[in-house]
Amino acid sequence: MSLLVNIKKSFGSFRLDVSFETEGGSITGLLGASGCGKSVTLKCIAGIETPDEGKIILNDQILFDSDRRINLSPQKRRVGYLFQNYALFPNMTVAQNIAAGVRSRARRGEVTARLVRALYLEGSEFKYPRQLSGGQQQRTALARILASEPEVLMLDEPFSALDSYLKWQVELELTELLTTFQGPVLYVTHDRDEIYRNCKQVCVLERGSSQPLQPLQQLFDHPATLSACLLSGTKNISRARALGGKRLEAVDWGVELTCSAPFSDSLAYVGARSHYLRPAGGPGPNRIHCRVQRVVEEVFSTVVLLATPGRTQGRSRLRLELPKEEWAALSAPEQLWLEIPQNALLPLSEQQR
Amino acid sequence: MDWYPLFNSLRIAAVSTVIIFFLGLLAAYYVAKLPPLVKGVLDVVLTLPLVLPPTVVGYFLLRLLGPKRPVGIWFAEAFGLRLTMVWYSAVAASAVVAFPLMYRTARGAFESFDRDLAYAAQTLGRSNTWIFWRIKMPYCRQGILAGTVLSFARALGEYGATAMIAGYTPGKTATISTTVYQLWRTDHDELAFRWVLVNLAISAVVLLTVNMLEKRGRDPRRKAAPAAEEVE
Repeated sequence: MSLLVNIKKSFGSFRLDVSFETEGGSITGLLGASGCGKSVTLKCIAGIETPDEGKIILNDQILFDSDRRINLSPQKRRVGYLFQNYALFPNMTVAQNIAAGVRSRARRGEVTARLVRALYLEGSEFKYPRQLSGGQQQRTALARILASEPEVLMLDEPFSALDSYLKWQVELELTELLTTFQGPVLYVTHDRDEIYRNCKQVCVLERGSSQPLQPLQQLFDHPATLSACLLSGTKNISRARALGGKRLEAVDWGVELTCSAPFSDSLAYVGARSHYLRPAGGPGPNRIHCRVQRVVEEVFSTVVLLATPGRTQGRSRLRLELPKEEWAALSAPEQLWLEIPQNALLPLSEQQR
Repeated sequence: MDWYPLFNSLRIAAVSTVIIFFLGLLAAYYVAKLPPLVKGVLDVVLTLPLVLPPTVVGYFLLRLLGPKRPVGIWFAEAFGLRLTMVWYSAVAASAVVAFPLMYRTARGAFESFDRDLAYAAQTLGRSNTWIFWRIKMPYCRQGILAGTVLSFARALGEYGATAMIAGYTPGKTATISTTVYQLWRTDHDELAFRWVLVNLAISAVVLLTVNMLEKRGRDPRRKAAPAAEEVE
């Protein structure tokens, strides 16, 4: 069970260039900001959009190959596509929606009944989609997809249509159901937390281009590019200039810093994780003297926006996040020394080659 | 009172509505898929009969179907049929005049169709025919029904093009609208008024039907079906 994707497509000035390969039994995350080509990639795999060139191979079956002029219709691809808004047929009941996915007419009733039970939809069989909760809608859509016996599952922002208080519960239910699926699963989202909780490996998409598939831990511990770093949730980023050895200059913050390990020549930015930043007593290595610009109270923490000596418009601010008591103990200083420990620094290149 | 005009009007309107229903859906379905430029041009052509004076439509129809025109000659030779001054000439007139109403409402409905529904059905292995009849048509039911009823009402009231291509022959091509004019012209004011009342009654019924259809479609929670109907 494997899925190989290697496709190119242009829309006006936008170029899509995606390639990755995944195995069955694992969830692969496609992570990217909105408009980076995630949904188009899924549509190409499903056969709804046609790539300009490339290959899509699912379990040794060629779904698309521009060289050999193969382009299977969506009907023949056996690709399960969970749409962002679930795309349930509004004129059909839950049972009818699920039955619409069953390919064999003889087994329609039996398969539908089995899936209604398996996805906890008993009692809702005869309801219409608009009478269902968000979670039920999602389970119906998933049941309908499973009814069509797909060989790969693709989930497009599966929780974006849900209220946040429902999301957690529904996400647990969905990932539990996914463990029973044998084939590869593609999980598309812009939310790093969902990726972290649910995926084993990640493919980062940036403005249509895919970066090599990487294990989940690598993305969060050592993101290599600016876009990967932004998507993994780091908010403090400065342009950087190498000074030799482990030393670099964070241009936007106006400070010279030492990293824990040497970095590649393509250094263009440096990131600093806000959780590792700590107020310090006075000057020292990897410390910056900052002015407190703004204090924002979150539910469980205090976010402090600090103006650095860099003074680049817009980029010279650092974001420090502290537990409420810790900030209170500092008794609202106007200026402070901030330490950026070596392990908080992430040297980044512009884009992976 | 001779009821022939009522029968003839209903017959003409019914036949032309059936024709318009399929042609309008077909045109709407394919035009909605065309590239913008072609779509713009075709849209103008297909909507023209709505804004042209019906007499201009009648003129074009006579130019096309008249006994001395190629189409008219061909029909006369092939089937021994004449296409003007008979009751079904009026079908051509009302079909052309009412067509844009069906076409435009159906196209609007198709354009508001959520395409993800069709994509989802495709990935589930469903044919495009199935998608059209089971998903797209029910989804667009509202607009299509409204278009059909409006076309029927317009076809029923057609006068200008009908008068030119079918004329007024009592017991042959007389419709309600041509009868009203004829009776008034020949000073049968009282009889004309009766036909006016008939016309008012029919129009009121049509409008009531449209309103009822709309109300039923707007009902946010249709009653749950008693049992899962088979999907195919």
